[in-house]
Amino acid sequence: MNKKKILFILLIVIALLPLAIKSNNFRHIMILFVLFAGLGEAWNIITGYAGQTSFGHAAFFGIGAYTSAVFVWKFGILPWYGLLAGGIIALVVASIVSYPAFKLSGHYFAIATLAIGEIILQVFVSWDYVAGATGIMIPMKERGLLNMQFHPRNKLAYFYIIFALFVFVLIITYLVESSKMGFYLKTIRESHEAARALGINTTRYKLYAMGISAFLTAILGGFYAQYVMYIDPFMVFPLSISMQIVLLTVLGGLGNIFGPIIGAAILIPLSQYTRIIFGGTGMGLDLIIFGLLVVVIACYQPHGLVGLIQNIRQKGVEEDERTPARG
Amino acid sequence: MKEPLLEVKGITKKFGNLLANNDVSFNVNKGEIVGLIGPNGAGKTTLFNCITGMYKTDGGQVFFRGRDITNMAPDRICKQGLTRTFQIVKTIKELTVRENVMTGAFLHTNRLKEAEEVADEILELTNLREKAEQPGNSLTIADRKRLEIARVLATRPEMLMLDEAMAGLNQTEIREAMELCLKIKREGITLLIVEHIMEAIMPISDRIVVLNAGEKLIEDKPDIVANNDEVIKAYLGEGYHAKSKKY
Ligand SMILES: Nc1ncnc2c1ncn2[C@@H]1O[C@H](COP(=O)(O)OP(=O)(O)O)[C@@H](O)[C@H]1O
Ligand SMILES: [Mg+2]
Repeated sequence: MNKKKILFILLIVIALLPLAIKSNNFRHIMILFVLFAGLGEAWNIITGYAGQTSFGHAAFFGIGAYTSAVFVWKFGILPWYGLLAGGIIALVVASIVSYPAFKLSGHYFAIATLAIGEIILQVFVSWDYVAGATGIMIPMKERGLLNMQFHPRNKLAYFYIIFALFVFVLIITYLVESSKMGFYLKTIRESHEAARALGINTTRYKLYAMGISAFLTAILGGFYAQYVMYIDPFMVFPLSISMQIVLLTVLGGLGNIFGPIIGAAILIPLSQYTRIIFGGTGMGLDLIIFGLLVVVIACYQPHGLVGLIQNIRQKGVEEDERTPARG
Repeated sequence: MKEPLLEVKGITKKFGNLLANNDVSFNVNKGEIVGLIGPNGAGKTTLFNCITGMYKTDGGQVFFRGRDITNMAPDRICKQGLTRTFQIVKTIKELTVRENVMTGAFLHTNRLKEAEEVADEILELTNLREKAEQPGNSLTIADRKRLEIARVLATRPEMLMLDEAMAGLNQTEIREAMELCLKIKREGITLLIVEHIMEAIMPISDRIVVLNAGEKLIEDKPDIVANNDEVIKAYLGEGYHAKSKKY
C-alpha cells in the first residue's frame, strides 16, 4: 500500500469517528486532536523538512486567534476573513522576524524563536487595543456556517470545519513536500553548504518554508478562537502550545506527513484524560508522561513512531521474501 | 587555445594569525584538468572555499568567464556555471540516489519530470543508473563520492571543482574515479581537482598547481612537477617518486 492510500483511509476513519461516537466530550477531543495534528503538520514544514527548529510557533497560533477574534469583536467582519487575514499577518511577521534569525546557525536560531514567542506574548499582554490581559469575548451572532457559530452542544459542525482546514493543511504540506521546494528544503536540512553549491538560495527557501508554516498555523489559531469564543494572551501564546507542537511531532515522526497525526492521536487524549482524572490543568502530568515518551523514542528511534512502524513493516516484508526460499 | 576560464589573483585568507592562503594566483583554462596538490593543511580546501564564495577572502580577486565573482554568494556562483564538491560527503540520506541528483537538476527547471530526466542522464554518465532507487545512506563511500559528483553535474556546470573525491577508495574505485574525471572532461567541462593520491591525479591532469603552507610553490606540467626537488622535499616524500611511475 502506498502513502497516499494509507493517508486517505486514515482521513476517512478520522472523519467518521465523531459520527459513530456521539459523546460531546469525545467530539471535543477529536476537534483538539485534528487541530493539533494540523499544527504539527504546519510546524513540520519549517522544522521537519527544512531542519530549522522553531520553539515559537505559539506566536503564529496566537496571531491567528487574535486576528479572527478582533475582526468579529471590533469590526463585525466574518471570521472566515479573519482566518485569512490572520494567516497573512502571521506570514508577514514570520518573514520579518525570521530574516535576521536565519543568519544565526542551528541552536541559536531555535533560541531566537523561543525569545520571539515570549516577546509577542508580552506585546499582547500589554496591548490595550486588543484588551491586554483581559482577553476578548467573541460576541454572539446568528448561528450558521457563515459566522462559524453553532449551538454549543453541536460539536459536529466545529469538527467538520477543523477537519476541512486540516485537509487543506495536508494538501499544502503534500504539495510542498513533493515539489522542487520539498527537495530544496531537504537539501538545506542536510547541509547549507551543499545546498548553496547546488545554486540554492538557502535564506529565500527557508523564508518560504517559514511563511507557509506560519500562515497555516495562524489559520488553525483563528479557528481555535472561534471555537472557544473567549481568548486571552495566556491561552493562545503560551510556550506550552509551542512545546506541545514540538513534542507531538517529534514523537510521531519529524519530517513525515504521518508523524503529527500519530503524535497528536497520543498526546491530545492523554492530556484531556489526565485533566479529567487529576482536575484543572492535569498538574502538567500529561506533558511529563509525554516528555518521557519523547525521550525514550528519541534515544531508540530518531524517526519517531512512524520510523518504528516502518521498521516493523520492513522486517515483515523481508520475512515474506524469505519464506518461499525456505520451502 | 589558452582561454582562461577561471582566474585566481592573489587570494589571501587568514584565520587569526594563520595565513591559510597567501597571495595565491593561477589560471584554469577552458577544457583543462588542473590538479591542485599539497600536503595536509596546505590550504587547498580553504582556497576552494574562497573561490566558491563560502569564505570571505582577505585579499585578491577571482574571475570566472571574465566576470569578477570575488565574495559573490555561492549559490550565485553556481548559477554562473562554477560549482564544487566537498571533502566530507553530504549525501541526503532520506532521498534516493535519483532524488539526490534531482536536487541539482532543479537549478534549471521547476518541473519534477524534467528534473527526473536530467537526473537519469547524469546517472547514466556516472554509472549510477542501477542504484537510482536506493536510499542515499545505503551507498558505499565510493558511490557516495560518485553521487556527490553526479549531483553537482546535474546543475550543468561549465567548470567543476572536486575536493578529494578519491580519498578512502580502493585501487579499482580510484581507477573508476579517474575514468569518470576524463569522461567529464570529454563532456566539455573544465575541472580543478584537489587530490592527495598522486598516482591518481598526475596521469589525468594537464597541469598541476602545488600549494605548500598556504603559498603556491610551483605550477607546471605533471612530469615536471613530479621531478621538482622542492616539491619532492615538501610533499612527495610521502611514498611517491617520479622515478617509480606506475601509471
Ligand atoms: N574555518 C577555519 N578556521 C580556522 N582555521 C582553519 C579553518 N579552515 C582551515 N583552517 C586551517 O587552515 C589551514 C589550511 O587548511 P585546509 O584548507 O583545510 O587544508 P587542506 O585542505 O590543504 O588540507 C590548516 O592549518 C587548518 O587548520
Ligand atoms: Mg582539505
